[in-house]
Amino acid sequence: MVEIRFHGRGGQGTVVATILLAKAFFRDGYYVQSFPLFGVERRGAPVEAYLRFDREEILIRTNVYTPDHVVVLDKTLLDSTDVTLGLKTGGWILINGAELPAYPNSWSPYKLALVDATHIALNTGLGTRTHPIVNTPMLGGLAQVLGMPSMEAIAKAIQSEVPSKPKANIKAAKMAYEQVRVLEPVKHSKSASKRT
Amino acid sequence: MKQVVEGSHAVAEAVRLARAQVISAYPITPQTHIVERLSEYCADSTLAARFLRVESEHSALAALIGAASCGVRTFTATSSQGLALMHELLHWASAARLPIVMANVNRAMAPGWNIWADQTDSLAQRDTGWIQLYCEHSQEVLDTAIQAFRLGEWLNLPVMVNLDAFFLSHTYEVVDLPKQNVVDRFLPPYQPRFQLDTKDPCAFNQLAPPNIYMEMRHNIQTAMDDALTFFGQMENEFKNTIGRGYGPVEAIECEDAEIIMVTSGTITSTSRQVLSELRKKGEKIGLLKIKLFRPFPVKAMRELTASARKIAVIDRNFSFGASGIFAQEVRAALCNHPGHPMVFGYVAGLGGRDVTTAVIEEIYRLTKESDLPQQESIWVGLHEVEHAVGQS
Repeated sequence: MVEIRFHGRGGQGTVVATILLAKAFFRDGYYVQSFPLFGVERRGAPVEAYLRFDREEILIRTNVYTPDHVVVLDKTLLDSTDVTLGLKTGGWILINGAELPAYPNSWSPYKLALVDATHIALNTGLGTRTHPIVNTPMLGGLAQVLGMPSMEAIAKAIQSEVPSKPKANIKAAKMAYEQVRVLEPVKHSKSASKRT
Repeated sequence: MKQVVEGSHAVAEAVRLARAQVISAYPITPQTHIVERLSEYCADSTLAARFLRVESEHSALAALIGAASCGVRTFTATSSQGLALMHELLHWASAARLPIVMANVNRAMAPGWNIWADQTDSLAQRDTGWIQLYCEHSQEVLDTAIQAFRLGEWLNLPVMVNLDAFFLSHTYEVVDLPKQNVVDRFLPPYQPRFQLDTKDPCAFNQLAPPNIYMEMRHNIQTAMDDALTFFGQMENEFKNTIGRGYGPVEAIECEDAEIIMVTSGTITSTSRQVLSELRKKGEKIGLLKIKLFRPFPVKAMRELTASARKIAVIDRNFSFGASGIFAQEVRAALCNHPGHPMVFGYVAGLGGRDVTTAVIEEIYRLTKESDLPQQESIWVGLHEVEHAVGQS
């Protein structure tokens, strides 16, 4: 079983991202389970959402504590949230951004990837200039680094689930799939090292 | 067809497939997605039902009592405070023998304000004469909501289908949606045994003096007794048409178990995982899932637990001054049964606190290490607090 945690802000489509990804993995033959952090949602507030997928039926019905990978839709969250909390060694941290933000030494056990989902969202007309909706490009980026689910499954999930601008969303996901950058795990010198 | 569906929408799909005719509801978190979806279906004519928007849950159920009295298939959904506000009319619906179906999303009662999973809301309504069913996963939610109409209409009793807040209501997973024509075979149009009819005027729910009231109450109990038999028959028909079944209780590896964990709702699913891991380590653990709570399946409980030494009941609910409510029911079911196992009661997961595999393993371990139950309920994972009101 694989568990993925998404960090975003209310209004970015974080919860929808996990639903789309669940539907894409289901199309590729997996059992899936997705759910938001069970809280009170507000625009702009930190949001978490989760996905589980497995070839076998998923029995566990608890929160996700030790994700295999994390996806960060808004890098300003890195200042206030330890996105690596419980993250398994060797897991991916996929961040929305043009440049890699400074990160602590405690990130050395993880694999880092960067995709400029905001730029892609703005260029494909997703959301507004002040509130770009970055969820579908993040899915494209994730599909590339994980090697799954297939872009075809993601495109079909978007086509059937996204009522507004499905074509632009599919285009954005495909652009991110091509543009995502995998980074060498270089240690930066930010002192605030928080290992959990 | 298999689809990825939110638990709340599994309820809405069931109500659509059941061709409910009148739906009345007042929104409350975390139930809202159910009636949102249904209101969309009514608005775009996917479902040919009248959707009544009302000013409170009390009115929602009152409206359905009127509609059901006219002989139509009715549905509502609510949660916690909303269900509590319906209390008076819960009694009315059952005593008027109206087969209203309700989905209740199990949510904690306030204060403190809490929107998370907790069964105290529905279990506090256990004496209102409603059939009560508890679900483990979204497929079961969908199937049970369809079955509820059949069950209620056969017995002339209202049926409450319960699902855990968020762990089911807001979780997307794979659900097999049956085809309309298949559901139609299982659930034909509602044929009321009595109804308000302007061509044949009559009055319902009039004064019932002492010489007949008791018999009316006994009739409800007779219907509850019938429910235990009819449940099996109904599920056989469901299996034959739709291909799935659950049973009023489900026993998992109980035959040779020394300790049987008794669960309901989503805790059952996580407990299945714990069971398979502990069995691999040679532990003689069994699991008994209670789906049907009213009427309580006493005979099945006695038979299925007969060979165990100990039973550990996990309650995500509580009756103050007594114990966890499922534990009370299990004790009551077993007490006159010679040689019954000891019943250990545990309270966990109130107000949405997560019941993890570690919590369930801890409950198993505590039960294994205890010779006798020391308290009515052991509260698992309780944090220490400095101040408690009423303690000197």
